[in-house]
Amino acid sequence: MDSAALLLPQLFNGLSVASLYLLAAVGLALSFGLMRVINMAHGEMLMLGGYLAWLTLMVVPGGFGIIAALPVAFLGTAAIGALVHMGLIRRLADRPLDTLLATWGLSLILQQAARDLFGPIGVEVRAPDWLSGSFTLAGVVIPSARLLIIVMTILVLGGIAALLDRTRVGLDIRAVNQDRMMASATGINVRAVELIVFCVGSGVAGVAGVLLALLGPVTPNAGQVYIVPAFLVVVMGGLGSLTGTSVAALILGLFTALAQIFVDVSIAQMLMLVLVILFLQVRPQGVVAVRSRALDV
Amino acid sequence: MKMDDSTRDLLLAVDGVTIDYGGFKALDGFSMTLQKGETRVVIGPNGAGKSTLCDTIIGRVRPSAGRVVFRGEDISQLPEQAIVGRGICRKFQAPGILSGLTVEDNVALAARRDRRWWRNLGFGIPAAERETVDRILEMVGLADCRHREAGPLAHGQKQWLEIGMVIATGAELILLDEPTAGMGPAETRRTAELIHSLGDSRTVLVIDHDMSFVEQLNATVTVMHQGKFLAQGDVASIRQNAEVAAVYLGHAA
Amino acid sequence: MSEAVLSEALPQATAPRDAMAVAQKIVPWALLGLAIVAPWLLSTYDLNLLARFMAMAILALGLVLIWGHGGILSLGHGVFFGLGGYALAMHMKLVDLPQGEIPDFMLWSGREALPWWWEPFASPWFAVAALLIVPALLAGLFCWAVFHRRVGGTYFALISQALALAFATLLISRQDVTGGFNGLTQFSSLFGFGLTRPSVVFGLYWITLALLCLAFLGLKLLLGSRFGVLLRATRDGENRMRFLGYSPTPIKVAAFTLSALLAALAGALFTLHAGVISPAMVGVVPSIEMVIWVAVGGRYSLAGAIVGALLINIARDRVSSAFPELWLYLMGLLFIVVVTLMPRGLAGATTALIEKVRGR
Repeated sequence: MDSAALLLPQLFNGLSVASLYLLAAVGLALSFGLMRVINMAHGEMLMLGGYLAWLTLMVVPGGFGIIAALPVAFLGTAAIGALVHMGLIRRLADRPLDTLLATWGLSLILQQAARDLFGPIGVEVRAPDWLSGSFTLAGVVIPSARLLIIVMTILVLGGIAALLDRTRVGLDIRAVNQDRMMASATGINVRAVELIVFCVGSGVAGVAGVLLALLGPVTPNAGQVYIVPAFLVVVMGGLGSLTGTSVAALILGLFTALAQIFVDVSIAQMLMLVLVILFLQVRPQGVVAVRSRALDV
Repeated sequence: MKMDDSTRDLLLAVDGVTIDYGGFKALDGFSMTLQKGETRVVIGPNGAGKSTLCDTIIGRVRPSAGRVVFRGEDISQLPEQAIVGRGICRKFQAPGILSGLTVEDNVALAARRDRRWWRNLGFGIPAAERETVDRILEMVGLADCRHREAGPLAHGQKQWLEIGMVIATGAELILLDEPTAGMGPAETRRTAELIHSLGDSRTVLVIDHDMSFVEQLNATVTVMHQGKFLAQGDVASIRQNAEVAAVYLGHAA
Repeated sequence: MSEAVLSEALPQATAPRDAMAVAQKIVPWALLGLAIVAPWLLSTYDLNLLARFMAMAILALGLVLIWGHGGILSLGHGVFFGLGGYALAMHMKLVDLPQGEIPDFMLWSGREALPWWWEPFASPWFAVAALLIVPALLAGLFCWAVFHRRVGGTYFALISQALALAFATLLISRQDVTGGFNGLTQFSSLFGFGLTRPSVVFGLYWITLALLCLAFLGLKLLLGSRFGVLLRATRDGENRMRFLGYSPTPIKVAAFTLSALLAALAGALFTLHAGVISPAMVGVVPSIEMVIWVAVGGRYSLAGAIVGALLINIARDRVSSAFPELWLYLMGLLFIVVVTLMPRGLAGATTALIEKVRGR
């Protein structure tokens, strides 16, 4: 069968798609758990990461420019994230729906600015030689760039998990996540914790942008392709849970890749939405449920 | 024991209920019964499970063991609005009023008998319910500010508004979770009078810390401790109970 | 002398108050009067634009119902607008065809027969019924599926956006049955009336105006009824409503379905006036632009929504044709500024102004 032959490559493809969903969603999910707001301009962090990669490669040409681009993109988008948080998100505290709209406005401005600065067609980030090839494993052709995406995602995820579990900041984040009032009462600077999470989340999206640049040209609306699936990952994952977000990204990434064996991209997209809505019927609290006594009246 | 009398007038039975918050048992095999028309006060130190008891009866949390039987029916798995529909209503600790609506609309919403949306396409308060709304507003002393928005009311007024709403639903069983929280002595006294004025037309379950308020209510007291039943009796006997005193040691009684 | 001055000054002191009260009464009627005689005042081109924008104002009214009064933010109303538009467009495409032929874009995509689900749209009654019923059913089902499991408002907004994206992508990719990126266009008649005849143009304009007024009055009544109280109470305290014995989900579903119905009507009227419906009018970006009309006009105000929809669309028409880049910056800024600094929009600002003048 044709579809059987496609299964293994699509499985691998799905893993790399899931990785990009996860990198795009993890920042959204962490800040949503903490602040109950979604930054609609998060997709533009991916785009900025891509452009930062392109700029870095102009300064650091050669095979390892792309490696240098990763920290540059992380720090660059994290800095922009800090500005967004201080200038916009914080001002709209307790108005989650208005935050959606205001950050959407920001996203429009960032996209148009990119169009004016870098041109509407986008720029090409040429993958270095060591990444442009592919190799064969168990009869499956594996493009190196896609493998790098998966490896980077595991590294980033491990890093965030270590930050949350092993550091003082991580302890503060978990405390604010559980009970904001109590955390604040014990002397934790809640605003600073929020800012850190928002910056780290934006930075991770920037890293995702660099990896995305390896797959295709960086365009002003590069972020839009991955952001809506990333939103669905957040909806499915459960409040601010790293495990939940990872599982949700894996489910949706594999689902779209496998669905595309049988149907075209547009139908796969529709089916993904249906899957999420059906999933909410069974588990409205998401993959990982946070048990809390503090229900609002 | 007059077993027949007590089962005939039995309104609510909380039967061996356990509420498990991930290992922490807020209620641990707790049981109690309420007779029709009774006023009962539940006291206990912080974390005794008093609010969780209200949460369980009203359907906000679901027991992992045990039943809540209201008028012979197990209601522990019904949706909240269905439990309210059976005739139980609760006043929350923090005033749970609808702050964007007027005082009158708050009470009218509670007094509505038919709560399905398509039966609410008319205007104003239906004539049959206007009398209830007027009576309740008079009762809680808010008739003068009926057209004001509820949000900016004083704290004590909000508490009374919510008590009024709970009464207006016509519920047979009324749960009052710390109705005097944040009230001064005079307001507390008025609240006690308000509950007295219900007489035995309603069954009332009151949770409170304030012993002077409990004395004013002059009702049977149930004492909880660590999610379990500890003691029951009138105020005087509870005051003399050595076990209760031990539990409260270090707490202001 | 001083007394005379005083008596002279008194009426003047109240003059701004009176003027304001009079203006409040007169302005809406004057605007309605102007709207009625507009066909004789405007060029055909401008009249056509106005009619389109009025159709969009009908959709904006529905957003006041669910967003302002219901607290439900939909980023997917383009879907319902589109379903209404496409249903009518399919009918108009079919009536233009000679017996046994199929629309040109189908031929170009290599189709030989009409898809079975196109066929009933040849009947005008079926088309009108479908353009209202299909979006309403989809909206009701969608809203119920998300809200009956108590999923929050932010999630709803995100899922509705995914719906808009999926719908637009589907339209583009199924070129052979939807007309793809270009959508459906080039209609000549509706119910036997030629669309270019001046009397028909005037008539359709007045019908649009009448439907807009009808939607306005109907919603005004609904929001003033007990249902309006229920809806606002659910917005402010959904759980409190449950503990008063109400089911919040049916209330939300009813409001959302009605707003989708208005969106579908708006979509059909828009298609009629614009002569085209395409994915560019139903996707993620147009869906969220609909929200900005209402945000600018004032999310709690029906009159504000009409003003907002007309103003933004007129501004868009003027600015975006001359400076397309500028328009996107402007839209972005408008979102940020209106939402952060004036959440009650123009309606809120007007009310504040009136109160200030009265209080003087």
